[in-house]
Amino acid sequence: MPEGSLPARFEAWFASRGWAPRPHQVELLRIVGDGRSALLVAPTGAGKTLAGFLPSLVALSERAPSRRARGLHTLYISPLKALAVDIARNLEAPIAEMGLPIRVETRTGDTPSHKRTRQIERPPDILLTTPEQLALLIAHREASDLFANLSCVVLDELHALVTSKRGDLLSLGLARLHRLSPGLTAIGLSATVREPDDLRRYLVPQGSRPTEERGSPLLEGEGQGEVRGLSGEVTHLTPTLSFQERERRGVHDAVAPEPTPMADLVVVKGGAAPDLHMLETGLTLPLAGHTASQAMPAIYDLIQAHRTVLVFVNTRLQAEYTFQELWRINEASLPIALHHGSLDASQRRRVEAAMAAGQLRAIVCTATLDLGIDWGDVDLVVNIGAPKGASRIMQRIGRANHRMDEPSKAYLVPGNRFEILECQAALDAVEAAAQDTPDARLGAPDVLAQHVLGMACADAFDPLRLYDEIVSAAPYATLSWEDFEAVVDYVATGGYALRAYERFAKILRGPDGLWRVRDARIAQQYRMNVGTIVESAKVKVRLARGVRGKPGAILPKGGRVLGEIEEDFADTLTPGDTFLFAGEVLRFEGLSEDEALATRAGPGTDPAIPSYAGAKFPLSTFLAARVRALIADPFEWDRLPKQVADYLLLQRQRSILPGPEGLLVETFPRSGRHYLTAFPFEGRLAHQTLGMLLTRRMERARLRPLGFAANDYGIAVWMTRDVSEAIAREPGFLAELFAEDMLGDDLEAWLDESSMMKRTFRQCAVIAGLIERRHPGQKKTGRQVTMSTDLVYDVLRKHQPDHLLLRAARQDAATGLLDVARLGMMLRRIQGRITHKALDRVSPLSVSVMLEIGREKVYGEGADEILAEAEAQLLEEALG
Amino acid sequence: MTRPFPGCEDAILALGQKLERTIKTPGLTLAGEALTLDLCGGVWLAAHRTLIVSDLHLEKGSAFAVRSGQFLPPYDTRETLACLHEAVARFDPACVVALGDSFHDARGPERMEPGDRAMIAALQEGRDWVWIAGNHDQAVSEGVGGRYAETLRLGGLTLRHEPSPEAPDGEIAGHLHPCGKVAMRGRAVRRRCFVTDGRRLVMPAFGAYAGGLNVRNPAFDPLFPAGFTAHLLGDGRVFAIGKAMLTRD
Repeated sequence: MPEGSLPARFEAWFASRGWAPRPHQVELLRIVGDGRSALLVAPTGAGKTLAGFLPSLVALSERAPSRRARGLHTLYISPLKALAVDIARNLEAPIAEMGLPIRVETRTGDTPSHKRTRQIERPPDILLTTPEQLALLIAHREASDLFANLSCVVLDELHALVTSKRGDLLSLGLARLHRLSPGLTAIGLSATVREPDDLRRYLVPQGSRPTEERGSPLLEGEGQGEVRGLSGEVTHLTPTLSFQERERRGVHDAVAPEPTPMADLVVVKGGAAPDLHMLETGLTLPLAGHTASQAMPAIYDLIQAHRTVLVFVNTRLQAEYTFQELWRINEASLPIALHHGSLDASQRRRVEAAMAAGQLRAIVCTATLDLGIDWGDVDLVVNIGAPKGASRIMQRIGRANHRMDEPSKAYLVPGNRFEILECQAALDAVEAAAQDTPDARLGAPDVLAQHVLGMACADAFDPLRLYDEIVSAAPYATLSWEDFEAVVDYVATGGYALRAYERFAKILRGPDGLWRVRDARIAQQYRMNVGTIVESAKVKVRLARGVRGKPGAILPKGGRVLGEIEEDFADTLTPGDTFLFAGEVLRFEGLSEDEALATRAGPGTDPAIPSYAGAKFPLSTFLAARVRALIADPFEWDRLPKQVADYLLLQRQRSILPGPEGLLVETFPRSGRHYLTAFPFEGRLAHQTLGMLLTRRMERARLRPLGFAANDYGIAVWMTRDVSEAIAREPGFLAELFAEDMLGDDLEAWLDESSMMKRTFRQCAVIAGLIERRHPGQKKTGRQVTMSTDLVYDVLRKHQPDHLLLRAARQDAATGLLDVARLGMMLRRIQGRITHKALDRVSPLSVSVMLEIGREKVYGEGADEILAEAEAQLLEEALG
Repeated sequence: MTRPFPGCEDAILALGQKLERTIKTPGLTLAGEALTLDLCGGVWLAAHRTLIVSDLHLEKGSAFAVRSGQFLPPYDTRETLACLHEAVARFDPACVVALGDSFHDARGPERMEPGDRAMIAALQEGRDWVWIAGNHDQAVSEGVGGRYAETLRLGGLTLRHEPSPEAPDGEIAGHLHPCGKVAMRGRAVRRRCFVTDGRRLVMPAFGAYAGGLNVRNPAFDPLFPAGFTAHLLGDGRVFAIGKAMLTRD
């Protein structure tokens, strides 16, 4: 480390703490001092946050004292509002101890309005906030003054932000900041990712070319990326600049010019390797199911042997189940708590506070605790069920022990034999430090529409200049001028071929060529609807009181609110249904004014309704490939528990093993039906889409499919006709069944009717401002919004199928709920590599997916079957 | 495609076949008049060669643009008229009755696209056309052809927009936009429906953007004190479902 790189005041402060500045902290200081942006990739416990703020603290401490307000110096953006508040608290210590003249404030949804106003008039030196608040700030009339002297922006947990629409919104905000303050440096703080270059591009303006503010020649020094390791040796990359001019103004290349400008990269190599194991219970695991019920005593033993244990699960249902099971055997009455997104916020805060105070021994939680503040002294992480992704599991493991030189300790607990394979693949991946974070996103059009309206609220905009600014944001670098014009047209009048709303346009183009927002009401509407997180409509769950002496009768009010459930789930409940919630078995009593009333079910009652929506992650492509490779190579099996090796051996004897690249298809008869099973290993979402498309095709081939079931590894379709015989008769039958063209017309036809597509459309419609967001206390309920967007969707797709919002919804479907893109990759991969095995009975491998039948509800769109069944009961009444 | 629940397929298929024979064309007798409840949401009176549709709510999309600056796709009028055109082509009625709330608001006709206006004129060509007054469009009939009426009597039937608990048997009304919901084993289906007790009939809304009110809402109680059967508009046909099988929202 170079000497004297820190001011004496800082050196002394570090020394007083018994610390020394870490090399990456000094390195970041140097890069930012040179006026360049940087991405810092470091494991937890590496002092990442301090590194991010050190350049600003040093710069602010060296500033000459001044009496007049100097505007915002540093902006910090965090995905979690709680994290922003926590960081503000942590910054207070060094600032106070060094006596620095620096004012730090936070701005979140909870900040009172008088304070917000004051923050604009007299901004602090450092402001900590969230992406949504940034969107509001840059849409403010005073934005150009507020950010004119902004010197540094720090983006925390960048790896988590960039994978979603929030990341798109933030990228557009960042582009605006770069324009308002041309000398701005951006610092990204990130966990280890697969493609750090994606994040490096995200931080700096793309497609740089001379603009009015910057002047020629091009941005000296920009793009001079440097890569540094912890050891101190520095590798300089060749300076890379995008000289490729768009041939003429308004036409943009479809492909991003290579190479592109990137921020410098500073990598802190991971500290001690994690102490990671698969939990061995010695018991035989089932072939399906994710509850890991057999492992509960072993998990309880681990809790007893540690200070504080985080028990991660993949779904809320699993969280509820695990919590119940642990308490069932909690003989020592250890304080074990539950934390997931459906619980009442105040209850979650209580759990977090108890954890921070060290009062809890274990917390059963979902992804809600994946990110965030270091609550308390966690010394063990237990992950129940399939890890789903290597990077995800590493993030979770990192929640234990925040000192980077000590190993984090964690156990993976498989729930079934397939999950053993997945856990083993994850262990291998962690050992190889392999990452499977998702690819960089293509910016979503609905987010862009929101941003364009926001920019009109800030000030009149020139479309050409705004376009240049937008394509400087990495996710939008390939946006064409035509697409941009379509977005502006959408914002102005809805973007309809039928020009019905010209008279009501939200933004208007003046004779000077600039676009302005129509009036204050539209600006107010924008502010009320900002953000990209669209919560699914929820209803509160309230504990109802029974009437004494009258079983079944309840008082409509009075009990406390336990939390919220998705309206989709509440819709499927009928009075008397029992379900798990907030750690108890509840009996649904009915709906009352948008609240679900429930009573506690009697002891020993089993929850009858299997599940409600919660986070369900698809198996990452990377882990799937590793699982396939593990299965295909018997020499690897000795690393697996014997029960799994035996199971695979049995599969090899009865049928064949799926290869590492191809697709195994088995067909067999069973109790009067014919089954087809296939094992693509592409995750449940992609398999459900595949199931819908396959059954359509089989219907046409007159195989009379009756239904299908899917899990993360495979799919089973059952039918009345003999499919083995059909395959034997026609050699090309299977290849045709799985042909890539199923993603054409069949997909379109199904997608259009799919309820998931409608849900996706609704989200786009809210983000793009077609439908107004709901606000607490507002009369319009989510129920009404859901209903009307379905009607809107049906009408729009018939009359203008290429409308911007339908394109946005399809873009989401490709990667999101329906995982179409992944299905496409799989279909390409297996061309010419389908292995078919006709069997006379079910194979060991097929048993696993057959067990899903009846367990998971089939995503059928056949509403008529339900109606027919209800009708049949009326007929029976009439006949009986 | 049939995609019923695992384990129950056979029973359902068998019942379905039985049902198909019984309720191929859902018919109903009201005050001695034979009614056909059509999948489009309209009622066909063969004896009078009359097609009844209710609550078209034309120009609802543009009404939102005027009122709240929400630019819903302006194709709802076109879509509603296209569905109506399909039904008219199928039945070739001598008379079409629009049972009130034909326009979402009184100024709806002014905002209508010329193409849509022409479509209405074409539909009216060669047949009687009656706009029944609704609560949204009491004064409508200017410039949209047809004739205007508060109520219409047809044989033993009385056609009016808003159902009235005091009305004698044989009332056909709209206004309430009935929807029925069936929930079963983790799935729920909510559809527009006809509601009847054999004495009166409440029709579903026909308009593309018309929302729905659950038939278990208390608003239906005074109209059907002795219970009702809902006829839900499925994807392929109309389903008759008893009140007991219908759930609240």
